[in-house]
Amino acid sequence: MIHDALVQIENVSFGYSARPVLKGIDLIAKRGQVVAIMGSSGCGKTTLLRLIGGELRPDQGTVRVADEVVSELDQAGLYRLRRKMGMLFQFGALFTDMSVFDNVAFQLREHTDLPEDIIRDLVLMKLNAVGLRGAAYLMPSELSGGMARRVALARAIALDPMLIMYDEPFAGLDPISLGVTGNLIRRLTDTLGLTSLVVTHDVQESLKIVDYVYFVSEGVVEAQGTAAEIRSSGLPYVHQFVHGEPDGPVPFHYPAQAYAEDLRLGVGSA
Amino acid sequence: MRKTSGWGLGVLKALYAGISGLGRQTVDGVWRIGFATRFFFAILLHSGTAMSRFGLTIREIYFSGVLSLIIIVVSGLFVGMVLGLQGYETLQTYGSEEALGILVALSLVRELGPVVAALLFASRAGSAITAEIGLMKATEQLTAMEMMAVDPIARVVAPRFWAGVISMPLLAAMFSAVGIFGGYLVGVVLIGVDQGSFWSQMQAAVDFNQDIMNGIIKSMVFGVAVTAIALFEGYDAPPTAEGVSGATTRTVVTSSLAILALDFMLTAFMFRGVK
Repeated sequence: MIHDALVQIENVSFGYSARPVLKGIDLIAKRGQVVAIMGSSGCGKTTLLRLIGGELRPDQGTVRVADEVVSELDQAGLYRLRRKMGMLFQFGALFTDMSVFDNVAFQLREHTDLPEDIIRDLVLMKLNAVGLRGAAYLMPSELSGGMARRVALARAIALDPMLIMYDEPFAGLDPISLGVTGNLIRRLTDTLGLTSLVVTHDVQESLKIVDYVYFVSEGVVEAQGTAAEIRSSGLPYVHQFVHGEPDGPVPFHYPAQAYAEDLRLGVGSA
Repeated sequence: MRKTSGWGLGVLKALYAGISGLGRQTVDGVWRIGFATRFFFAILLHSGTAMSRFGLTIREIYFSGVLSLIIIVVSGLFVGMVLGLQGYETLQTYGSEEALGILVALSLVRELGPVVAALLFASRAGSAITAEIGLMKATEQLTAMEMMAVDPIARVVAPRFWAGVISMPLLAAMFSAVGIFGGYLVGVVLIGVDQGSFWSQMQAAVDFNQDIMNGIIKSMVFGVAVTAIALFEGYDAPPTAEGVSGATTRTVVTSSLAILALDFMLTAFMFRGVK
């Protein structure tokens, strides 16, 4: 185990039924870093987060978080480890029957015996950190997509975790919310001393805030490096991804038989 | 010749597809029953939170029980009124319309109270429970809870289960009480059956252990069945709009059939040899 690594994934393979999704992935997230996992949709990025959170168990290889092998933990051990983790889901996954305040207070009420007035102060502090103290008594249905994600972020940091995992935090956000979310991820990581793992395919926004990037394609790490290294990478896949080119190693067309054959051109003359 | 072999191959393929489809459905069905059984025991095992933090259960009693009161009370009143009318019509043929109170009370306490209240509960509260749990699953709220080291079975499912089990007998009792009042309104106030005979014959004929307790036991069993089915269907629903809608329909259909089948079995055991 590398001494300053909070998350270390070694040679991990995983598949749903017979379909392999990850094929021997190695990945390290050091303490205090924002690490991005990028790749096109369906390449196994979210699966990787689920393996780290212990929702899934790898078919092969090990996932270590804070020096513990996740797949070897029983449910009590897993729950103990999860208290040190926060997860931001793609659309927030806020509890829709609770107010913003109660959502952020949820873990504090479930896992601590703190009196209600201290919980109130803590919740307002967390909401203030994401700029939504004034929205404390709104219901999730009254929030915009960007606000919901910021509330989910406040909820994720409620117990001051060591690690926060973000599943597509930039998806579907307007440019202002995009910038706000990116800045929050960086600022919270630095001020709270967290480690952040960001699964995303928003290259431009994430390259502004990350320390290290892993590119995953077809279940393997295709490339890795700092933001500057990724920007200047000559690898065809990374180049296509960073510059958003429609065709390249990731083809525009889904595999099919020859176009002329599909249109039955020349069938009559044969 | 060629045509015949092609036809034969087609039949073989169809046969193969049919048999493998049947096999798949059987395996899926057995797997689902197994999952449902494990789910039921998991609810019982993780009921500590629902009991120690009874506020969670009370909140669900409000949603499942209190909010079902209107449909229960209105239906109970009409069912009682219809019983009063029909019962009077039949009893007067034999000149025993004073026994109307017995007929109304026994029909409601033994059968219609528990059964109709449970059917209404399945439609009103059961479907709501399934849709809520299904949508919580579809919007990743249950996974989020898991990731926050909170067991959704203990925090979300078990309080709803016990709320259903507690609410059901109370709703059935309410249904029967209002139904008897409906029978009184039609029989005594409207038609003019003797008030004294109506109440005194009812009081003399309805046995607490034999009739009322058995009715309560029935409604508790229905409460367990309906709530467990509703929770399982929600928890097992595919996380899509179609999946949740299908699960809600299955809750109402399966619960209704389960109520009627259980009612027959319970009645056969409870009222054997009762005069």
